[in-house]
Amino acid sequence: MNRTILSNIAFFSMFALSIVFSNVSVAADKLLIDVEMPRMNVAEYHKPYVAIWLEDSNRKATQIALWYDLDMKDNEGAKWLKDIRQWWRRIGRSSQQPFDGLTSATKGPGKHSIVVDLTSKHLQSLPKGEYQLRIEASREVGGKEVVNIPLQWPVKSSDYPLSASGSTELGSIKVSID
Amino acid sequence: MNISTPIKALLSITMVMGLCFNASAHRAWILPSTTNLSGDAPWVTFDAAVSNSLFVPEHVPLRMKGLMVQDPNGKSIDVANPHTGKYRSTFDLNLLTPGTYKIGYASGGLRASWKDKDGKRKRWPGRGETANDADFEKAVPKKADSLKVSQSFRRLETYVTSGEPTTKVFEATNSGLELVPVTHPNDLFAGESAKFQFLFEGEPAVGVKLAIVKGDTRFRNDQNQLDLVTDAKGYVSITWPEAGVYLIEAEFEDDKAQAPATIRTGSYGATFAVYPQ
Repeated sequence: MNRTILSNIAFFSMFALSIVFSNVSVAADKLLIDVEMPRMNVAEYHKPYVAIWLEDSNRKATQIALWYDLDMKDNEGAKWLKDIRQWWRRIGRSSQQPFDGLTSATKGPGKHSIVVDLTSKHLQSLPKGEYQLRIEASREVGGKEVVNIPLQWPVKSSDYPLSASGSTELGSIKVSID
Repeated sequence: MNISTPIKALLSITMVMGLCFNASAHRAWILPSTTNLSGDAPWVTFDAAVSNSLFVPEHVPLRMKGLMVQDPNGKSIDVANPHTGKYRSTFDLNLLTPGTYKIGYASGGLRASWKDKDGKRKRWPGRGETANDADFEKAVPKKADSLKVSQSFRRLETYVTSGEPTTKVFEATNSGLELVPVTHPNDLFAGESAKFQFLFEGEPAVGVKLAIVKGDTRFRNDQNQLDLVTDAKGYVSITWPEAGVYLIEAEFEDDKAQAPATIRTGSYGATFAVYPQ
């Protein structure tokens, strides 16, 4: 009898604590990344390959998203992954694509949103410190561009929204807390 | 450099035969269509030639004979579609195994040059001949005017990588002048510094002279050659000024040869691609 009461008290106090805790520091469990792909005035347009990742000051990288031609016959689309050059050097060449849940087909002109689940294991285990959110686009018969957005990890909601803009292959990029 | 035309022709022919290597007159190179690849079992195509202008085939082809390819496991594999044309050889490689491949030529042994009684310049092995050290006694006089006997080694390489770069193909053979990477040759970027060690006959090669030139020389007036020398442990660091394909030529010489040779020489040439940031 006593034991049940005690464990109930323990349970409820932990529950209460966790609510307080989450209100204070774990304010965000989702990061929203809006990426704008510019409309190109070109004769031959192919939707670009895009990689998004987090990178620390030692070039250690964590995958956030990858858009490429993942449905081509004989995996032909993988042939051009090396052209997302900085990403290929840091992540692509040492990992298996597609990444579960992070990979999707290429996207055309317009705004595209990515929701990053901050509670996912591979993000929660990231050591705190200074990072860059890097967005790299590489277009067939076109150009390449990388946009870097410096940020602190773990994320502090007061720092957001963050924004940056590409000049050729990428448009405006906005990072906000959901 | 002033070299008479007949000597130049002789130099280039011996280079083609893989007997001797002279960096100053013409340049030998193997140029991959790309150095870093992704996807399943990608293909690369190569040009191999000796030329003045980089990387323009305009003089003589490098022959397919003697070309060796090592896969990422160090296993010797065959090229596909070899062809030797007027100015270049071409061949393809299917990268079935992920990792780094080495493509190149390596040769070495005794060489001799002298003047005969009539003052005519002689060399052994002669034009188009393959050196065989056992023939040395018969072929080369014991005494002659300007007799120079050397142990000479020549190496010409390039590297391509499917997926992640690996290092098995860089295990030293301890023969001639070799490059041991600290920085992987398929991981070079403009503005970054790359470090390599040179070995000669398995020992750190001190004072190796390097000449590094970016391709497309015909579209600029200055060669913009980088001249570097290896340090006391055989190391050299190269900071790549800009993206492009570079030819690296390295020369080593010392007097620690075994008789009958009096000098040892080693040359190393390689094509490296440097990517933009």
